[in-house]
Amino acid sequence: MNFTFIFFIVAGTLAIASGIVTIRSKHPVLSAVSLVFHFFMLAALYLTLNAQFVAVMQVLVYAGAIMVLVVFVIMLLNLGDEHSLKERFSVQKIIAASLGIVFLLQILAIYFSFSSGKYEISEKSIQIGTAQGIGKELYSNYLIPFEAVGLLLLAAIIGAVILAKKKID
Amino acid sequence: MLETIQMEYYLILSAVLFTIGTIGVLTRRNAIIIFMSLELMLNAVNLSLVAFSSYYGDSAGQIFVFFIMALAAAEAAVGLAIILSLFRLKKTVYVDEVNIFKW
Repeated sequence: MNFTFIFFIVAGTLAIASGIVTIRSKHPVLSAVSLVFHFFMLAALYLTLNAQFVAVMQVLVYAGAIMVLVVFVIMLLNLGDEHSLKERFSVQKIIAASLGIVFLLQILAIYFSFSSGKYEISEKSIQIGTAQGIGKELYSNYLIPFEAVGLLLLAAIIGAVILAKKKID
Repeated sequence: MLETIQMEYYLILSAVLFTIGTIGVLTRRNAIIIFMSLELMLNAVNLSLVAFSSYYGDSAGQIFVFFIMALAAAEAAVGLAIILSLFRLKKTVYVDEVNIFKW
C-alpha cells in the first residue's frame, strides 16, 4: 500500500461522510460547516491528481467565498431546526432514495462496463496543473470564454444587487 | 493491482458524491440546503473532469473546472439573493410552503 493510495481512500471516505452529513443534518449551520470540510477534502483529492491550481481555487473560491456567503445568509435569516412533517414526507423520501439508488446503479453500470485502462496519471499532468499551465491555456486558447465569464460575473453582481435590495416606495 | 489508483476509482467516487447531492435536492425542504446539495453535485462533476484531465494529459478538463467555479460563484450570488427576497416576501425558506405558482 503506497502513501497516495491511502491518502485517496481517507480523503474519499471523509468526502462521502461529510457529504452525507451535509444533506442529513437538521440545522443548516452544521450542513454548511460539513460542506466546507467536504470542499477541503475535494481539494486534497485534486492534489492527488496533480491539479495544484484547481485545488487552491477550490479552497479560495468554494470554501472561502461561496460558503461565507451561504453562512452569512443562514445567519441573516436566523433559521431554527427544520420542523419535520413526517407523514407527508415519508413518501417523498422513499421515492427520492429509490430514484437516487437507481441513478447510482446506472452510473456505476456504465463505469464497470467500460474500462479505460488508465492506471497511472499522465506525465503531462504535472505541467498542466500548475498556475503557469492553466494561465497559458486560459489566455491563449480559451481567451473568448474567459472574457465571457467576466461578463457573466458582472451580470450576476447586478442581478444579485437588484434581487436583494429592499423596495423603496 | 489494488495499490495504484485507477481512473475508475475517481469516477466512482464522483458518481457517489453526485448521487448524495441528488438525494439531498430531492428530500430536503430547506432552500439553503437544496442550494448546498446543488454545490455538492457541481463539485462531483468537477472531480470527474479533473480526473479525466490528469489521466489523459489534456488541460481542457481543468479549464472547464475553472469556468464551472466562476459559474458556481455567479449562481451562489443570484441564488442566495433569490432566497433572501423569497424570505422577505413569504417569511419562509421551506420550498413546500412556497406555492405562489399553485393555482
